[in-house]
Amino acid sequence: MPILGSGRRDPHEERVATLTPQARPSDRADAASPPAVELRHVVKRFEGDVGRRVARSVDAAGGARGAADAVVAVAGIDLEIGDGEFFSMLGPSGSGKTTTLRMIAGFEQPSEGRILLHGEDVTERPPFDRDVNTVFQDYALFPHMTVGDNVAYGLMIRKVPKPERERRVGDALAMVRLSGYERRKPGQLSGGQRQRVALARALVNRPSVLLLDEPLGALDLKLREEMQIELKAIQQEVGITFIYVTHDQEEALTMSDRLAVFSQGRIEQVGSPAEVYERPATPFVAGFVGTSNLLGGAVAETIVGRAGTFTVRPEKIRMGEPDAPAGDDESSALGVVRTVVYLGPDTRYIVALDAGAELVVTEQNLSTSSMEALAAQGRRVRLTWKRQHNFAIGG
Amino acid sequence: MTTRATPATRSDPPLRRLAAWLHERPRLRLAALLAAPVAWLVLLYLGSLVVLFLNSFWLRDEFTGLVSRTFSLDNFVEILTGPLYRTVLLRTAGMAIAVTLTTGVLAFPIAYYMARVASPRTRGFLVVAVLMPLWASYLVKAYSWRLILANDGLLNWLLGPLGLRGPGQSEIGLWLVFTYLWLPYMILPLYAGLERIPHSLLEASADLGGRSWVTFRRVIFPLVIPALAAGSIFTFSLTLGDYVAPSLITTTQFIGNLIYTNFGAPDLPLAAALSLVPLLVMLLYLALARRLGAFESL
Repeated sequence: MPILGSGRRDPHEERVATLTPQARPSDRADAASPPAVELRHVVKRFEGDVGRRVARSVDAAGGARGAADAVVAVAGIDLEIGDGEFFSMLGPSGSGKTTTLRMIAGFEQPSEGRILLHGEDVTERPPFDRDVNTVFQDYALFPHMTVGDNVAYGLMIRKVPKPERERRVGDALAMVRLSGYERRKPGQLSGGQRQRVALARALVNRPSVLLLDEPLGALDLKLREEMQIELKAIQQEVGITFIYVTHDQEEALTMSDRLAVFSQGRIEQVGSPAEVYERPATPFVAGFVGTSNLLGGAVAETIVGRAGTFTVRPEKIRMGEPDAPAGDDESSALGVVRTVVYLGPDTRYIVALDAGAELVVTEQNLSTSSMEALAAQGRRVRLTWKRQHNFAIGG
Repeated sequence: MTTRATPATRSDPPLRRLAAWLHERPRLRLAALLAAPVAWLVLLYLGSLVVLFLNSFWLRDEFTGLVSRTFSLDNFVEILTGPLYRTVLLRTAGMAIAVTLTTGVLAFPIAYYMARVASPRTRGFLVVAVLMPLWASYLVKAYSWRLILANDGLLNWLLGPLGLRGPGQSEIGLWLVFTYLWLPYMILPLYAGLERIPHSLLEASADLGGRSWVTFRRVIFPLVIPALAAGSIFTFSLTLGDYVAPSLITTTQFIGNLIYTNFGAPDLPLAAALSLVPLLVMLLYLALARRLGAFESL
């Protein structure tokens, strides 16, 4: 964030700053030290046999596509990731986020562009010559080795002397709360434990950048939430740059210092979780990060009073009786509750507006019971929200 | 009204009553299913093995040539102490080991290419290409090798201008023939074993600093040991028991030839005792292979 004169400050920036208490590491890094990872117009095309195979799987997922024999998985990405940052790459499957991660790791070669680690061009370097380590989606633990040997693998290859190796393996396992598991085989561990071994195996090498490819994807919800907190704590403890690939927007919002939203091989928006959530740059971001609630065309002119495309977050909208008054600083619209989805702590109402669009409203079930919430179906309601929560998209 | 959900009653047709009655007795159904194959295995397969086993303890009368059914260990004493048998036994085992090692070394790159490098189409073609020789007659293949290796055969004709000579109809020639014959039996389990290794394990090794050689030695090789052991069971046992290729290619004797020559007129009990030797060697080998995890890979 550039430091501007106090008079010229954008009001949004105030709010964004209060929503992210710690300063963004990318801001801390002074101009002299290069970013931990830099991508310069990186493109990745899959051609020939591989292209056809990727094309089939990507088409099914509705992602990027190209000519018959070549699939453009990554279509020109520029990105700088700061030292010590927890950076997430968020997007649906086939959006190019994993391919980008694999290019940073060295498993894939970019078709165009350069990849720099701490200012050093590593584009042509094989994975074993890069100072990055990866936590794989399927953990990729060596099944024939013990947990201790798995974690020690990288140190053994770098010929770290045995006493130091054992000490560091012990430290790494302690960090992921698996002390005393050295002699077990990966097959004897639960999914969550395997995940932590994979993390220890990567961290023990003290890489400058740690790459995580949907590492929590295979865990159940409860364990996933625990691991999110644990991962974030570990990242703050070791201070290593984490690049985290996920398709789960909630995960990306809770864990990251900054995130990039990917779609069809391009980055739609880069920013802090608050920026991306509160002020989506494109309709895609608005839809993917949270619920879209788009108002466009004539509907926007009627309700917002201006031309353009606007988004409003479902939790910002109040739902009341049709004759409920709306303040001067509020937008409001009449409609009919079409569907009610009871979610436990909240209820989601899908309201068909008289003006022609549909808005999703979420309300906490502070005093409403499930019966009352469900009874709202078919009822005429007035929706009101602060004008400042109408965000123009792409404008 | 349907009778589907109600239990069978006397008013149901007999077939349905039988089905319901059988449904209650899973063991009986299993017995009916397996009766024929089990009878086959017990009577013909195990039965003949028992006859073989009993025969090996009987003796052949030197004068009459008839088999006398008295228990004796003489056959085994003769096999273990007679210099001829010991030499042949060691020669055969040595050949089996040599063939197993060479097929392993030759099969690995092919299997690796098939499993990890080739495109799906090339892979399918290669699997068929590897299987194809197995569909051809074994005898014809052995004969054609005899023609290749013969003194005025193809190999010497090709090597002649270079001033070289092929191995001819020697043990080395036989080793070549065996390696050719059993190679597919090594390639296929190895291919399956290599294909089962998740690609991410190789990437993880590279990611942690492992170059190709380290990845091979520390990750790929330990993980295909069961597949190698499974393949070697075929190459080892097939070499150990074969008598056709040795008698066609060489004049040297192997266990199979000895059993064959003793089997007819000369000495049936001795032939039976001799047959137990490769059987015993194979049992030891299987125990070893089992320790290496080969049976999870078959």
